[in-house]
Amino acid sequence: MPYRHVGLLAAVVAITALAGVPAAAQDAGRKGIPAPPGHVFKTIISGYEFRTKETRAVQDDDLENPGFLAVERAADVWKKVEGSEGKSCMSCHGEAEKSMKGVGAAMPKWDDKLKKPVNLEQRINMCRSEHMKAEPWAFKSQALTDMTTFVRYQSHGMPVAVKTDGPMSPWFERGKQIYYTRYGQLDLACASCHERNNGKFMRADFLSQGQTNGFPTYRLRDQRLVPLHERFEGCMFDVRAEPFKPLSDEFLALELYVGWRGIGLPVETPSVRN
Amino acid sequence: MRRLLPAAFLLAVSAAAATAQQPVKLDVVNDSLPKSLSGAPGHADAGKKVFLARTLGNCLACHQVTSLKSEEFHGEFGPSLDGVAGRYTEAQLRLIVADPKLIFTDTVMPAFYKNEGLSRVRPEFAGKTILSAAQVEDVVAFLETLK
Ligand code: HEC
Ligand code: HEC
Repeated sequence: MPYRHVGLLAAVVAITALAGVPAAAQDAGRKGIPAPPGHVFKTIISGYEFRTKETRAVQDDDLENPGFLAVERAADVWKKVEGSEGKSCMSCHGEAEKSMKGVGAAMPKWDDKLKKPVNLEQRINMCRSEHMKAEPWAFKSQALTDMTTFVRYQSHGMPVAVKTDGPMSPWFERGKQIYYTRYGQLDLACASCHERNNGKFMRADFLSQGQTNGFPTYRLRDQRLVPLHERFEGCMFDVRAEPFKPLSDEFLALELYVGWRGIGLPVETPSVRN
Repeated sequence: MRRLLPAAFLLAVSAAAATAQQPVKLDVVNDSLPKSLSGAPGHADAGKKVFLARTLGNCLACHQVTSLKSEEFHGEFGPSLDGVAGRYTEAQLRLIVADPKLIFTDTVMPAFYKNEGLSRVRPEFAGKTILSAAQVEDVVAFLETLK
């Protein structure tokens, strides 16, 4: 089964590469949703709309979309007892299809005990260490990214609905500040690319609004699912900046703020990108 | 004795790094840099290579140039550079490449000859300019061919 995917993906990558330049002309009809009043964009557009026909087709077909292998793997792990408490995720949460519906669409969420926002990866690991007494999974490990994908998939099609008021507001402001700060030797901010120049070509890539609704996302280039903070790291690295650490307060604040920039977009996890 | 060697080596390295970290001073005159940064004239052929190389100028990431049509992927951030030598003097082009923010306020174009006042630069690039003085001169010589 995985082998079939690899062959198919090689073909898709080749097509996407060839289609690179002419794709600029075919972008006209990008669909989006109207932004709420006071938002930075008039129309909020998913990264999906900026990708080629071929890449979108892979995302749209549940059988071809390699992200679904992760969903299947994690569906088994959901039921698996691990840790000294003798529990699985299911022992506490029952059927994920019911209990996890909408959860991923609203992350990161405020945590009253920690007095800070936590995202899905952190929440999953908190359940493992506190309730299951199992080892937390490493960030970027296949296990953690699989489970994050599985839980977020339970919100598939539901609108991104992060809360940014109350105790979240200083975090929102911090995220916004990071978003507009130029970093690295190339001296570029998130906004330089994703606000001022989305819809334009930068070398081989068509710049999107940098939305988060599809994460974790299956990257054809890497042939694996990539969690959001790894994408943040990549964007900072590319401007020759020292990235913040995954799951740091800075990236949590950024996740919250960028989530708000995509408020109302349907969750597309697992999305497919080049 | 064996302990002294690495120490001497470290000293040499930090001395070199210190030279790299001297902040660049630009002699700006009327929104331009009349003097060659390297003290010598640039070479257009070498400049074309710097212009194209992804780890150096990577200028096509953002600009289009008709005479470089055979190269893949011209970016759309910045304007086409066709005829740019007719729009600016050599001295103006030098400043645009060295530090475009001194002319186009708030532009997304990076400063290719600046090494301070930047945030969270990766350690391997800290205190260094993107291009050397000679490479800036070469790029400017190449831009001069875009008439
Ligand atoms: C030099 C340009 C550049 C900068 C600066 C930049 N990015 Fe990106 N980013 C890209 C490119 C290119 C892609 C891949 C194409 C796309 O989806 O836009 C991308 C993709 C993304 C994506 C994935 C979108 C999707 O739908 O798959 C997110 C999220 C993102 N960026 C967030 C950020 C954040 C947050 C920052 C600042 C820390 C940032 N980017 C800075 C160029 C940049
Ligand atoms: C990240 C994007 C980016 C990169 C990389 C870049 N530029 Fe630019 N450049 C721009 C933008 C945008 C402008 C328009 C100025 C503004 O922002 O108002 C510009 C303007 C210029 C101009 C003036 C053009 C005119 O007609 O006014 C020249 C000349 C130029 N760039 C040369 C270069 C060279 C040479 C390189 C590489 C060594 C380079 N640029 C790399 C974005 C870029």
